[in-house]
Amino acid sequence: MSNLDILKLCYLLGSLSFIVGLKMLGKPDTAKKGNFYAGIGMAIAILGTIFFHQNGEGEKIGNLAWIFGGIAIGTIVGYFAAMKVKMTQMPQMVSLFNGMGGACAALIGIVEMDTHHPEAFGERFIIFLGLMIGTISFAGSMIAYGKLEGKIKDVGSKFQQIFNNTFIFAIIALVGYASYDVEFMSSNVIWIIFGASLIYGVLFVMPIGGADMPVVISLLNSFTGVAAAFGGFLYDNQVMLTGGILVGSAGTILTVLMCKAMNRSLWNVIIGAFSTSTSTGKSTEGLSIREINATDTAILCAYAQKVTIIPGYGLAVAQAQHTCHEFEKVLEEKGVEVNFAIHPVAGRMPGHMNVLLAEADVSYDKLKEMDDINPQLPNTDVVIVIGANDVVNPAAETDPGSPIYGMPIIKANTAKNIIVMKRSMAKGYAGIENELFYDSKTRMLFGDAKAMLEKLIAEVKAV
Amino acid sequence: MILLEATGAFLKTLDTWDVIYILILAAFLGVEVISNVPAILHTPLMSGANAIHGVVIIGSIIVMGHADSTLALVLGFLAVILGTLNVVGGFVVTNRMLQMFKKKK
Repeated sequence: MSNLDILKLCYLLGSLSFIVGLKMLGKPDTAKKGNFYAGIGMAIAILGTIFFHQNGEGEKIGNLAWIFGGIAIGTIVGYFAAMKVKMTQMPQMVSLFNGMGGACAALIGIVEMDTHHPEAFGERFIIFLGLMIGTISFAGSMIAYGKLEGKIKDVGSKFQQIFNNTFIFAIIALVGYASYDVEFMSSNVIWIIFGASLIYGVLFVMPIGGADMPVVISLLNSFTGVAAAFGGFLYDNQVMLTGGILVGSAGTILTVLMCKAMNRSLWNVIIGAFSTSTSTGKSTEGLSIREINATDTAILCAYAQKVTIIPGYGLAVAQAQHTCHEFEKVLEEKGVEVNFAIHPVAGRMPGHMNVLLAEADVSYDKLKEMDDINPQLPNTDVVIVIGANDVVNPAAETDPGSPIYGMPIIKANTAKNIIVMKRSMAKGYAGIENELFYDSKTRMLFGDAKAMLEKLIAEVKAV
Repeated sequence: MILLEATGAFLKTLDTWDVIYILILAAFLGVEVISNVPAILHTPLMSGANAIHGVVIIGSIIVMGHADSTLALVLGFLAVILGTLNVVGGFVVTNRMLQMFKKKK
């Protein structure tokens, strides 16, 4: 078997492992194995490239010390960063790693253009496009990271949308023309495309609301996939092609699925429609809220038969998932049946809340999906909404003028008693009033989620 | 006209039409593989896919392996580091997330 055959075999194994791994990642029972297989496949493809790859002139891979040095640094930093990150900060981390991949694709384009000065239209076009998409993905991911960390605010206007669209068409036109006309701006054009794409990446993510970042990350994820596939085109490299396209298409579908879970279109997310919406819900003037204290809440819960907890991002922000599990346990000791109702977009990414609660040892079968829990809520004695807002807003069902109208919600308002644990009366991410807070069955329990849950635990124990 | 010419030139640079086949098949496969995934797995799945596009590191190894100018060496080296970060970080983060899903008795 020649070196080339071995390399092709490595790439075939790599591609297969990506497909099988991704498929297995889609099922709870096999997900972990799937991730492992994909990792092994990746290692085979990388090692195969290092030892068996030859370019057109039959030269093997050189600069091995540099390559292994780079891999060693990347492995150590990547491993510790991934192990150290808190579960609540997972989305930021994914965004950061995604940006690294995009930057890697961009650098490949720059080096190729600078060293080989290709003149064929196809080759130039592939390099420029890969550079453009990789750079946008990198810049966008960094902004998404900053937003999730709360360091960057949403900035955007109608004007900026128009500017953004014009700008991206200008970049694409430049890419097309510079591929066609080799003389055009000579060797500077690659840097101009790089710089313009950087700026576009920033402008693209800037106006999108912080709550929509998961959708954006998923979209940028598929961008990086496409950028990797362009690398595959360039080197006629099968594993880069299959891996890149697979992620590109899977990422796009995943993005659409996430949008569907919020009942919004991708376009609607990108133009940041929440911020430009006119209706902010029915006026709640003249309506009053009623407060409850920890002692009364504890008594209400301890003597209930069924309690359902509806957690939102506020729970994660307060780092209260462990305390929440404690609270669940003390109630269960009193003979109360406790469940968690998880909205598909609770947390910062779809499924994020499940990860956070699972980390706190909450049993998997206590986490109920929205469609399973909604029919049970009318028989539920107490629902406790902790740090969630829009996902329990009845306006999604009753007010066609509301920006969240049509979004599936957890029907907390159908339960017998509703306790809403919040820090203040601040609005949710959609920036709209929540009628649920003014419902006659609702009592507000103001305070930090973690401190309040600790109080509740003590009070329930004392009952 | 220019567009037609350009498309023709583009196709000529591909070794064979096989690449187009791979592209189309992989695109459909990606869609197929993702559909019918429960919402709770969206996050790990996104993270897993994120690790897989780290395959771009292979491109950086090829660039690095044939680099002879200082610029190519420096940028290639940086690209290898970034690509590795994407791969290793991506798989480790995904694994950590999935460890949370162990079923409790």
